[in-house]
Amino acid sequence: MARNGIPAWLVFAGRCLRAGATGDWRYYAWIGALGAVTILGLNAYANQAVAGLATTGLQDQVPWGIYIANFTFLLGIAGAAVILVIPVSMYIKRNLQDLVIFCALLAVTAIVMALAFVVVDLGRPDRFAHIFPGWVPSLRVIVLAGYLLLNLHIVVYLLYCHYRNRRPSAAFYIPFVLIAVVWAITLHTATAFLFLGLGETIFWNQAIIGPRFITAAFVAGPALLLLALQVTQWVASYDLRERALPFLRMIMLVAMVFSVFLLLNEVLRNYFRSTGQPFEIDYLYFGLNGFRPLIPWIVTAVGLNLIALIILVLPAHRSRALINVACICAVVGIWIEKAMGLVVPGFIPTPLGEIMVYTPTWNEAFIWFGIWAFGLLIFTFSLRVTIPILQGTLSIADSTPGEAGIAAPRPHFT
Amino acid sequence: MSDMHSTPGPREPARPGNDNGMSRRSFLRLSGGATAFAGVAALTAGLAPLRELASFTSLEKFLQKHYKEMTPREMERVLDRIAREVERQYGMRPHVRDLKPMDGVEFVYALNLSRCIGCRRCVHACVAENNQSGDPALEYIRVVKMPQGTFDLTKGEHNYEPESVPEEGYFYMPVQCQQCANPPCVKVCPVRATWQEPDGITVIDYDWCIGCRYCQAACPYFARRFNFKKPVIPKERLNPNMSYLGNRPREVGVVEKCHFCIQRTRAGRYPACLEVCPVGARKFGNVLDPESEISYILREKRVFTFILKEEQGTLPRFFYYLDK
Repeated sequence: MARNGIPAWLVFAGRCLRAGATGDWRYYAWIGALGAVTILGLNAYANQAVAGLATTGLQDQVPWGIYIANFTFLLGIAGAAVILVIPVSMYIKRNLQDLVIFCALLAVTAIVMALAFVVVDLGRPDRFAHIFPGWVPSLRVIVLAGYLLLNLHIVVYLLYCHYRNRRPSAAFYIPFVLIAVVWAITLHTATAFLFLGLGETIFWNQAIIGPRFITAAFVAGPALLLLALQVTQWVASYDLRERALPFLRMIMLVAMVFSVFLLLNEVLRNYFRSTGQPFEIDYLYFGLNGFRPLIPWIVTAVGLNLIALIILVLPAHRSRALINVACICAVVGIWIEKAMGLVVPGFIPTPLGEIMVYTPTWNEAFIWFGIWAFGLLIFTFSLRVTIPILQGTLSIADSTPGEAGIAAPRPHFT
Repeated sequence: MSDMHSTPGPREPARPGNDNGMSRRSFLRLSGGATAFAGVAALTAGLAPLRELASFTSLEKFLQKHYKEMTPREMERVLDRIAREVERQYGMRPHVRDLKPMDGVEFVYALNLSRCIGCRRCVHACVAENNQSGDPALEYIRVVKMPQGTFDLTKGEHNYEPESVPEEGYFYMPVQCQQCANPPCVKVCPVRATWQEPDGITVIDYDWCIGCRYCQAACPYFARRFNFKKPVIPKERLNPNMSYLGNRPREVGVVEKCHFCIQRTRAGRYPACLEVCPVGARKFGNVLDPESEISYILREKRVFTFILKEEQGTLPRFFYYLDK
């Protein structure tokens, strides 16, 4: 179908872009602030590209830091966001189908951010193309790129159907959703195995690492989604909360209980062992040979996790203000646990027994904030486009009045 | 909304309770232009440091193939490019070669712990031979001062600086790349920029490495070094006898490590660390030759020979041994 010779999908894309570029002053202020932080991050990255990774706190002894930690964390978010789709789109909650789009959008954003963190971590970003040996992509690339494409397909297809007031054909998205779900678990377990495969470090080479990744991601993913829904309701009077909140809360609660349980298992296992000294865990929680740089981090992380758990377990979680607190605590707590609690202590002591202290530099931190701002920018923009489509205010009906007449309220397909 | 038919472009979505009509629209146009201008200006300013990147890469380097995929002609051109670059930077025409492994040769190293006095002459000879960066300082060999009676590396001291060595009550353990027969660093490399050669040396194509540092995370011997900054070699120290997989000057952002002085050993000479050792603690040779000194040591000193972190299953080609 074409209007004035322009294909309908092109009109759709153009209108989406237009919708994303308009909004009230709050929208502009938010976008402007995010843009400014993104540019600060770009500037920091330009510095790093010129001077080398010496601008970071990384050393030969601790070659990975917050970039890889963010990469790990975000792949978890990407995975968890899509796994949420199982109950939503399959059987239980058919009235939550809009949430599928939110989940896939979050996944797409998280993957883009994760890729950005990999690129800034590289010493030679100009050779990024080398990961395609002979232009045949390696398995890792297929896994990541395939996941990105799957989610993009799901989002664009569902939105376009909404836009055209068409009922999505199950054959065009249910199989993709199913594949994406399996893919999500694979992806995040594979992330765990990036560390687990480094067998010299007993700290990483544990069967519990994979399950810990998945459970932590199942807390942080829904928490981010829940926060997004709260903000959406506040600024766009689009309310999915009645339907989505109890569901997300329940997932968070269950995942949080398991997450804390696995954490205790991981720590206590070391102290019930009758031989050997758990250097990495000692370094992380109690300090090693007088070096205690990670204790404040891990105490904060565990504290925030426990606060989130307590709020979720108590009836207080029905308060919408308190659930926000729980979500923020969970996201920050899990992030710290991944960064300072998983990546860094794995390197200490070094293979030759040294103890080095890794502290991120300001330049490194600006890159980190810049990528997060960029991710929020993408997510905000895509929600700004998505919500009018879901509300029915951006639809094909009002672009071709001769055909469909006055935009009728979109029938809610189930 | 009468312009709908005249302008075929998309229209902004109607927002309930927020319809200010034309005034809002023209305001948007004006402020939109100003915002776009400010945005582009900010972006340009933000990316300004990149102007210093001019010499970071070139089309020639960008299109260069992986070491194993280059034809001899292509390799010749690359060696010539390297020589030109070195000449431009250091004012000295180097002799850059791509030495191939010899048939029937597998290199093995052995180090006599009873003899080592911890003088670190090997460290400095290695830096000079292999054109390692002086600032920031980068060294392939790490000598650990260990208290007698333990092999627990966490009890070792890395930055010892006494008046004279050896010190009473300590022994010294130099560690460098162990040239494993089962190397974890090679397994994890996502771009196959590092591999094991037929003569047992694990090498790196510095022009293929993307600098992800996964190999550093995987190495159980802390053998790999990353160029966090552009390496700086003092001109008067530059060793002009270079090899592609060996000691040619490296760039910022890539990983490097000990390669048994490939530019010397593949031409029939000993590694620099061995030649400089004042107490003869270092032994090197072809383990496939039963008459070689190294074969003799591994055969005769069997009881007092060990490898580092044997439980890791890395099968090092670097042996430590003790005199009776």
